[in-house]
Amino acid sequence: MMRTVKFWHVLLWAVTLAAAFSAGFAEPITAQAKNPYAGDAKMAKLGEFEFRANCAFCHGLGARGGGRGPDLTRTPKKHGESDAEIFNTINNGVPGTAMPPNGATQQGVGMTEEEVWQVVTYIRSVEKKSDAKSLGNAEHGKQLFYGAAACGTCHMVNGKGGRLGPDLSSAATGRSTEYLTESLRAPSKRLAQGISEAMKEFSQEYETANVTAADGTKYAGVVLNEDAFTVQILDTRENLHSWEKSSLKSYEKSRQSLMPAYDEKVLPEKDLQDLLAFLAAASGGGK
Amino acid sequence: MMLCAGGAAKAQVTAERLLNSQKEPQNWLMYSGDYAGRRYSTLDQINLGNSNGLVPKWAYQTMAGGKFETTPLVVDGVLYGTGQDDRAFALDAKTGRPIWQYQRALPGDIRPCCGRVNRGLAILGDKVFMGTLDSHVIALDTKTGNVVWDVTAVDYTKGYSFTLAPLVIKNLVLVGVSGGEYGIRGFIDAYDAATGERKWRFYTIPAAGEPGSETWEGESWKIGGSPAWITGTFDPETNTTFWTTGNPAPSNRGIGRAGDNLYSNSLLALDPDTGKLKWYFQFTQHDEHDYDATQVPVMIDDGGKKLIAQANRNGFFYVVDRTNGKLLLAESYAKVSWSREKDASGRPIAAKDSSPTPDGNRVCPGAAGATNWMSPTYDPQTKLFYVTAREQCDVFSTAPQPYDAGHAYYGSAYFPNDESAPFYGALRALDLKTGKIVWEWKHVSPTWSGVLSTAGGIVFTGDAEGNFIALDAKSGKALWHFQCGASVYSSPMTYSVEGKQYVVVAAGSALYAFGLQ
Repeated sequence: MMRTVKFWHVLLWAVTLAAAFSAGFAEPITAQAKNPYAGDAKMAKLGEFEFRANCAFCHGLGARGGGRGPDLTRTPKKHGESDAEIFNTINNGVPGTAMPPNGATQQGVGMTEEEVWQVVTYIRSVEKKSDAKSLGNAEHGKQLFYGAAACGTCHMVNGKGGRLGPDLSSAATGRSTEYLTESLRAPSKRLAQGISEAMKEFSQEYETANVTAADGTKYAGVVLNEDAFTVQILDTRENLHSWEKSSLKSYEKSRQSLMPAYDEKVLPEKDLQDLLAFLAAASGGGK
Repeated sequence: MMLCAGGAAKAQVTAERLLNSQKEPQNWLMYSGDYAGRRYSTLDQINLGNSNGLVPKWAYQTMAGGKFETTPLVVDGVLYGTGQDDRAFALDAKTGRPIWQYQRALPGDIRPCCGRVNRGLAILGDKVFMGTLDSHVIALDTKTGNVVWDVTAVDYTKGYSFTLAPLVIKNLVLVGVSGGEYGIRGFIDAYDAATGERKWRFYTIPAAGEPGSETWEGESWKIGGSPAWITGTFDPETNTTFWTTGNPAPSNRGIGRAGDNLYSNSLLALDPDTGKLKWYFQFTQHDEHDYDATQVPVMIDDGGKKLIAQANRNGFFYVVDRTNGKLLLAESYAKVSWSREKDASGRPIAAKDSSPTPDGNRVCPGAAGATNWMSPTYDPQTKLFYVTAREQCDVFSTAPQPYDAGHAYYGSAYFPNDESAPFYGALRALDLKTGKIVWEWKHVSPTWSGVLSTAGGIVFTGDAEGNFIALDAKSGKALWHFQCGASVYSSPMTYSVEGKQYVVVAAGSALYAFGLQ
């Protein structure tokens, strides 16, 4: 009798567990699923309220992008272009990035399936069709990138370049031209986002670190990660270091980016456009 | 030196034991440790002399995603906890091995604002009690986890849920509802522990015609929010239970709900037998920044005075006379820009230019507050009040939004300002008499970890980077830490079994127990 009771208990537990996980929030959907509210202006408006509550924290008012979240008025989207793919990006998040799954956002509320479609409808309603052509010369941009502008010293594109700064292989699909321009002209205004950790609200940013180790050696580099007791940096020679902070003679962090500012004298507007064109071409045609 | 009482008492938890929880420091009988809400333990086997030798003793992995916010109970060698997706479990407190597990089958359209979370259980007799995300209150058998009773409190589809750990007073199970993001009408309920029958409900918003209803414009009271989602405290001397309430709805828009909006963002003194209101004190009138006052109202007796102390989400540390609700102190403990002056009674009042605007207005603290639901602690040895502070300002925008039952009702949004200084946090030790910061331990980023204090002279807390840390309660010097691997999104507790003290905290998706070698 004891053994039978145990078996049923286990079976019930397993079934309940399965039921619980299948009866979750909005579930992932197939790529062919259609947006039931496509083109519905009233639903777009409701989606705007949901967006303000749940998404504007990172993606800004009007979905025009904030510090952490890209401008969603741009097309094509980096993580999938169809309504269904956008639905899944919202619902599942993007693992390894600061985009959390539905219901796990630090601000805002979990959304039902209906509400996520409303948000998709809203995003569609504010999308701008991309500009007809990139203004610049991608080939010249590539020459600048690895030559006179020296971007390749710190940045990789499709596997070629340096490691100190963010990989720019898909920068053009993830960020608007306004954001990329600001990154060139005023790189310290908004530092790039580095590593995200699950359940941590804020990503590490590309802060500059200046360290004097116990033996007096000085290092400058980018903060890869930091907690109360330890810091990990990539120094300007692309060497990885990890220290207990208490072992250091000094550790200073700054929000002055290691990236130099490219003003109009150093990088005339035409050259900037050529660089952006190169990045767009490298991203596979995104504008 | 206080070792635990030898041998586990096998008798059930009675109302008497709950009243005298100090007599059994080896157990942790309720969410905040005791009815006073101090989260303080007299256990001192782990102390300043040996805490640098703490090691992990066991871990219990839920393997579930989402925030793990529980404070477990420990009674006579058994640990009772809750977790993500409304699971509950009992573990052997010595080894961490599970004894039973309960998993609620939740409907697909629940409305939790902030994750499928639960902060813990309450216990009485042979039952533990839990509030659920689909707005039920349930009783589980302590030995098996079987459901003994399960009652519906309210229709969850209108935006209601329970996330808090209930509070047992005498034979009643008290719960406060969540849903300030959904335009609910908040309440605190009391259920008969034996049967689940609801004995009383106190609405945190008075109905038309009742005292306080004049503080709501038109019919805005019906969807005025005012949830009560953190566990209260209880003073048996005056038979008063203290509960705190959250934001008026919509949180970002004061237009349309002119008035002080009672009893949102208030400290309530209720009769636990009837739910009748004895007095109230409102921390933030006509709140427009989501400054829920749902922080534990800690009862402190000091120099003959009977006090309630609260480090409020709005950035001020308040001390109130708990016999009559009179304000004694309000001092800022974090950066504050929403208020620049106090009224005649000493209460901070909002500056007119702090209201959200359509294009956004930068205000400190931000919407997550100078602190939030994570537990503070009061250490009677140091006479310091310890709070996890967040230094984060936000840009608050407002926009008209029609109410739609069950849908998020914020009246727009808040978001960080790119030009603002980087956000950070700090564990701050506040002087009870002056509210001044005596010491602080800086956090690299703002965290949601609560704080525990012990007679061993230590405060324990965690951080967003996954550290669980022991600090000297007097000086704030770090003594020991352990990297748990993911954010500590809960408040720690401590207990003892067979003469050995453990400190337990939920971090990431696991429960960790630490002890001496």
